[in-house]
Amino acid sequence: MPDTAVKDLAYDPADLWVLDHDDLRALEIGAGILGTGGGGNPYIGRLRAEQAMREGFKLTVLPHQKIADDALCVSLGGIGAPVVGIERIREGREGLRCVRVLEEHMGVRVDAIACEEIGGSNSMEPLLVGAFAGLPVIDCDGMGRAFPEMQMTTYSIYGHRSTPSAMCDVHGNAVIFQHAASEIWHERMARATVVSQGGASTLASAPMRGAFVKQFGIPNSYTQAVNLGHAVIRAQKAHDDPIAEICRVEKGRMLFTGKISDLKRHLMGGFVRGEVQLSGIDRHNGETGSVLIQNENLVFHHDGQMECCVPDLILVLDVDTGEAITTEMLRYGQRVAIVALPCHDLLRSAQALDVVGPAAFGLDVTYAPLKGV
Amino acid sequence: MLRLGIDVGGTNTDAVVMDGDKVLSGIKAPTSEDVTTGVVQALEGAIAAAGIDRAQIGNVMIGTTHFTNAVIERRHLSRVAAVRLGLPATACLPPTVDWPEDLKFVVDRHGYLVHGGYEFDGREIAPLDEAELIRIAGEVRDNGLKAIAVTCVFGPINAAMEQRAAEIFAEHCPGVPVVLSTEIGRIGILERESAAIMNASLLQLADKTVNAFGKALADAGLTCPFHITQNDGTLMAAETVKRFPVLTFASGPTNSMRGAAFLTGVKEAIVVDIGGTTTDVGALHLGFPRQAATVVDVGGVRTNFRMPDVFSIGLGGGSHVAENGAKVGPQSVGYRITEAALVFGGDTLTTTDIAVAGGKAAVGDPGRVGALAPDMVTAALNTITSMLENAVERSRVSPDPIPVIAVGGGSILMPDRLGDLDVIRPENFAVANAVGAAIAQISGEVDRVFALEKGLTREACLAQAESEATENAVAAGAVRDTIQVIEREDVPLAYLPGNATRIHVKVVGEMGASHA
Repeated sequence: MPDTAVKDLAYDPADLWVLDHDDLRALEIGAGILGTGGGGNPYIGRLRAEQAMREGFKLTVLPHQKIADDALCVSLGGIGAPVVGIERIREGREGLRCVRVLEEHMGVRVDAIACEEIGGSNSMEPLLVGAFAGLPVIDCDGMGRAFPEMQMTTYSIYGHRSTPSAMCDVHGNAVIFQHAASEIWHERMARATVVSQGGASTLASAPMRGAFVKQFGIPNSYTQAVNLGHAVIRAQKAHDDPIAEICRVEKGRMLFTGKISDLKRHLMGGFVRGEVQLSGIDRHNGETGSVLIQNENLVFHHDGQMECCVPDLILVLDVDTGEAITTEMLRYGQRVAIVALPCHDLLRSAQALDVVGPAAFGLDVTYAPLKGV
Repeated sequence: MLRLGIDVGGTNTDAVVMDGDKVLSGIKAPTSEDVTTGVVQALEGAIAAAGIDRAQIGNVMIGTTHFTNAVIERRHLSRVAAVRLGLPATACLPPTVDWPEDLKFVVDRHGYLVHGGYEFDGREIAPLDEAELIRIAGEVRDNGLKAIAVTCVFGPINAAMEQRAAEIFAEHCPGVPVVLSTEIGRIGILERESAAIMNASLLQLADKTVNAFGKALADAGLTCPFHITQNDGTLMAAETVKRFPVLTFASGPTNSMRGAAFLTGVKEAIVVDIGGTTTDVGALHLGFPRQAATVVDVGGVRTNFRMPDVFSIGLGGGSHVAENGAKVGPQSVGYRITEAALVFGGDTLTTTDIAVAGGKAAVGDPGRVGALAPDMVTAALNTITSMLENAVERSRVSPDPIPVIAVGGGSILMPDRLGDLDVIRPENFAVANAVGAAIAQISGEVDRVFALEKGLTREACLAQAESEATENAVAAGAVRDTIQVIEREDVPLAYLPGNATRIHVKVVGEMGASHA
């Protein structure tokens, strides 16, 4: 019997933060930065969110610790190729259908939306689904950045199954993944389904209780992304140095400024692998840097010495605007700043490093936590 | 055979007559409100100064900012329909959703979403809804809309649905021009669609402007073919401009950089174009401007045209000098330089006065700046040099020394060396953009997604793209033997099977004399 009876709200509406247009613009920039080179461009998501606002929908965020322990939360995100996302734009209600299909399948009602990945375009989808469904989005996510695969969320790492899940596309197709033998199996099956659905779909997964989200969601992701964006916008308006402002607001470390002097890219098993060589400018004149990328920025070397590696965040930013340059936008001759942000401790445990540490990306590098600022 | 190059800028219209690679004459005239008066004045001046018989002129090339300005100023734009093929995809974001409010009148409520479109792998999203297109044709007729812009999801990998839509509109609203997005832009539907819509809204102005240019040239006794330069520094036939006016956007900076490359014979350099109010700095690679990587904003609309990567600073020949030489610009006397600057009898201290006082230029009356404090003059010169150095440094792509080419009317401000870089100041530096127009070449381009399947290698796909681009260039009038590849880029697409890769190839060649 579906549990459709009216029940108490799983949160206090007075705690909700209702996003406005300025917050959305800040989120677009901030989520782009937290995408660490990947995650897709949040521009289209921001347009969709603004369109939803114009239609009278409210985009709301609930502080991480304010969700009831027994609330049912689902993780939401887009899945697929960024290039499809900028050409075959979504129909719009895919995410809402995912939630409804999952509710129907499980005979439950969802109380809140959890973000799967704050970095890049996936920051916007949960807000839209929340708005259409009248549900809040919890101020947290499963990555604190962007990662290329589904099993790389703290939800999965700390033992929550991501199935059952529901995947919906522009056509109205809905697929339920009842059970995956492992998180890797889920990723594999989901990826195959996305391709048949045209290369970009939306997935609602990991129906979790509030208590679990409070313990293992990476806290304050939306606050962090919006603050980052506001910092950049403020610096741009005041003609201050946006890079310095980012470092100040986010306790980041400025590692390098340089120009892209070489760029290699190739495809490996569906992922773009590449290396960016930098020649130093300003106070790094005469020094070299390099960034290893696989959809996201993974390792930064400074004069041959590793200075930062995944899961810590390596940001490649436009020196002048402070905005993120995604891996597909990198071009020879660009002037970039490399800024590192420490990842959340939830990503630094041994069990997390097994899934999102350098070895998980096939790198022969030992993770050394980013040194303090 | 002689060539006449004309550059119609916001302030000045420049004209040059060229014989092969020799500049016979260069003339500046003020740009007129009706555009053509200034054009005629400049070209008559250039022909007279060259002392040639106008019958010897075999080609006229014009660079113009007219269409860019129309969008920026929201003037002369027609009301059009925007038809997108792609439902049920894309329903959440209708056409012009990200345009500034004061420009949305162009489409107003005539943005249509229609079933159709393709997936990334060429499957149909939905069959094309032809009945809906016929209904839209009726609305276009009833509302007197002047053109239709058609954009199909993944049209760049298969243009068939856009072409079918064009056939249906030709049948049901005959005489209304149809712009296909795939003829203009690349993958990235909102940017490509916006470019197609802007293009559609400029068609009437393009028709009028191109005809006016043609008439002005004919009245001046120039009956040879004329071409207009596009944003990549290559040429479009006048008839093509009537169909694709948006392709002229940003041709100004491109022409000046191409002209600089030509006048110096240097193909790898930083070009500094110093005008009256601003200085544009960009890098030349293989004799062409390096392209901007990001989306380019035109009049508040995001587009994905390839535009030169130009960095502008507020420094020009008319910039105010203040704070004892510590502050230069961004305020400027602009075109009033010849009355406002001290050397011309005015009362504003400008960079030109500093250049004269510093012995770097001889214009106006040097006696009027004789009393300026030498310390202040030195300080101002240092400020100017450091502004130029920073701007050039930003465009440099490697620590290797690269020459700096100074062009534009304000290039008297440029020192002989900039940091560790040599400065080249070509003859005719003031009319470099008209020279850039005169020497423009013909291009051909391919940009689409290739699937590296069934033994097809990346190299084979690049070769195929190159040969298609070459054929496109030849069809547009390029001489086959002169064609060379100037851009070759492949970007693998992540998360897709079959190793899909997006390939972009551009070739250019000399314009054939026989091409009319």
